[in-house]
Amino acid sequence: MVVGRRAVAALLAALAAFAAPAQDRFITVASTTSTEQSGLFGYLLPIFAGKTGIQVRVVALGTGQALDLARRGDADVVFVHAKAAEEKFLAEGHGVKRHPVMYNDFVLIGPRNDPAGIARSRDILEALKKIQTAQAPFVSRGDKSGTHMAELDLWKAAGIDLDNARGPWYRDTGQGMGPALNTAASMNAYLLADRGTWLAFKNRGDLAILVEGDRRLYNQYGVMLVNPDKHPSVKKDQGQAFVDWVVSPEGQKAIADYKIDGERLFFPNAEQAGA
Amino acid sequence: MTVAVHMRAPLSLLPLRLDDVVFEVGARRIIRGISMTLEAGPRTVILGPNGAGKSVLLRLCHGLLPPTAGTIRWNAPELPGGPRQQAMVFQRPVMLRRSALGNVTYALKRMGVPYGERRERALEALRRVGLEPFAGHAARVLSGGEQQRLALARVWALRPQVLFLDEPTASLDPGATHEIENVIGALHAAGTKIVMVTHNLGQTHRLADEILFMHEGRLVERAPADRFLKHPASREAAEFLEGELPW
Amino acid sequence: MNSIAEAAGQAFLLVATADPKLVGIVLLSLRISLAAVLIGCTIGLPIGAAIAVNEFRGRRTLTVILNGLMGLPSVVVGLVVYLLLSRAGPFGAWGILFTPTAMVIAQAILIMPTIAALSRQVVADAWEEYREQLLSLGESRLGAAATLLWDLRFSLVTIVLAGFGRAASEVGAVMIVGGNIDGVTRVMTTAIALETSKGDLPLALGLGLILLAVVLALNAGAHVVKETAQRRYG
Repeated sequence: MVVGRRAVAALLAALAAFAAPAQDRFITVASTTSTEQSGLFGYLLPIFAGKTGIQVRVVALGTGQALDLARRGDADVVFVHAKAAEEKFLAEGHGVKRHPVMYNDFVLIGPRNDPAGIARSRDILEALKKIQTAQAPFVSRGDKSGTHMAELDLWKAAGIDLDNARGPWYRDTGQGMGPALNTAASMNAYLLADRGTWLAFKNRGDLAILVEGDRRLYNQYGVMLVNPDKHPSVKKDQGQAFVDWVVSPEGQKAIADYKIDGERLFFPNAEQAGA
Repeated sequence: MTVAVHMRAPLSLLPLRLDDVVFEVGARRIIRGISMTLEAGPRTVILGPNGAGKSVLLRLCHGLLPPTAGTIRWNAPELPGGPRQQAMVFQRPVMLRRSALGNVTYALKRMGVPYGERRERALEALRRVGLEPFAGHAARVLSGGEQQRLALARVWALRPQVLFLDEPTASLDPGATHEIENVIGALHAAGTKIVMVTHNLGQTHRLADEILFMHEGRLVERAPADRFLKHPASREAAEFLEGELPW
Repeated sequence: MNSIAEAAGQAFLLVATADPKLVGIVLLSLRISLAAVLIGCTIGLPIGAAIAVNEFRGRRTLTVILNGLMGLPSVVVGLVVYLLLSRAGPFGAWGILFTPTAMVIAQAILIMPTIAALSRQVVADAWEEYREQLLSLGESRLGAAATLLWDLRFSLVTIVLAGFGRAASEVGAVMIVGGNIDGVTRVMTTAIALETSKGDLPLALGLGLILLAVVLALNAGAHVVKETAQRRYG
């Protein structure tokens, strides 16, 4: 009686203990680490659940990963911040419709002693050029996230060809925002971060915001229901309820109400055309 | 010298026939062609110098080793998966991490004895070897002599037709040895065929009815015990007996 | 040094106030790892014992492979299980991705080779001693494997604890197949990873100390049980 009946029963019991709990009213939202780690979801989702009884389960990954997850049908809704990637997702037929939701901004973080001399500049492109010229250490997320893609766009806009200009000063870490900040703090390097994660980040070391406010640093978030025609397992009605709520006046107000230390992180703009 | 001849069960395992049995390990030939027959009745003792192949022969007969060549045939083969009609006691007893009683009931369970009967039969066996007070004790903390007696209790409970013993008292003191020999005698009286390997000539004197003398993998001489011990026919046997000190 | 003191302070605070979220996370971690150990042992112990007592061609190769699989990286297991359970994968219809069940499966797969390889070693060593006697008593190979597994139960406890340790401490597999969803699939290790990435190192370290304490307590308990039982049966 090596793998006897008792053993099999124990096995099944163990698995059954974890079988899908009676929680049928939940949706899976693939989102980015910036929205999770800034604490926005922790604030927003209980409000939504309280109103609709739908539990929102957020899997927080980089934008690229989140969209890939949805492409496999493993999420009901995506909530990310990389318009070009989102539109590609839409064009491939994986999403139903893209709604702009809110924006926040990126800030250029760097060491207080500022070796590249960019502090308080209002021009992000100039700042990046100076960093590259000075070969000052710069940490990149390198993980196909919205932040990473925004960073790459900015380098391009500054006229810098990263493939050529790359050197030991440019540190491609392949990490999320938090870990990248940790790395930058320990290396005393520059990096591009979203304001929300920065405000919630505690291990700042010698870093501070050096450049902010440039319009090019604005970071737009969009939300999409995953296409149920392509992925039949998608919870169409509940997912749509979430999308609708987030862009509704009530949802937008909730977003605006979220603050850290009295400072607002995300600016709702669902009404803004072309966002 | 007692000869107990009787059929233990409707289908007797014995006689056991070996035909040109060879056993090799790699390039080493340990058993070099042995042909013989083991009959029911006489207590058979296998003697020989170290390296003669006695233990190997025992294991070949019991089925623990397959012969490299030749055949080993019982009169009535044991059914695979059925209760064993032979048993073996080793020089160092092997006990499970259970009580003394548990070790005997384990063997009975292997035999297919139904649950209700096991405990009674086990206790009876323990009584027979004088270990009943130790029934609940952990078997592995018993002394060497006690464990060997327990091994024999296990055998007693099984009532096999044939019992092989490989130097059962080699690691025991004289007192324990005496007790073991008593149990072996009792088993023989109850009808079990005894086949034993020993180095102890005194023991041989006391227990053997017939002797198989081995030398370098061959069966050199076979004779009734009295005759062999007083007048060995072969040169090797004579040398062997002279070299050994009778106990 | 300072952060460790701070971490200890955070840990103490969390435990003293019995922070309900923390309690939930600890309980979930234990449930998942214990279930994984149960499954891992149910499958791994018999496999290890069976390999130890049976002689067959390719046994040595199988042993080497089994030993090598002990070093399976947890992220790799996580990735493979994710691909299997993804909606786009063969078992997507089960719908268990991002649930504790998926985490149990991933951890069970992760620790099974360790349990099998170590039990194989322990049983093989004992087989040297027991083989002739058990076969003489008419045991089948499989029966002998079962008998030995019970007889060696005290040594096997250590192996089970090793499996539990590996399961409770891994983060790569459960992160991928669980998604670290707040309140649903967040366990100690993924919570620590999250707090670390948020830069809250003292909290992360504090959680780490709590995890360590829980695992140590479990080990101590198992040790006591083992000692008392061993005294009984030698």
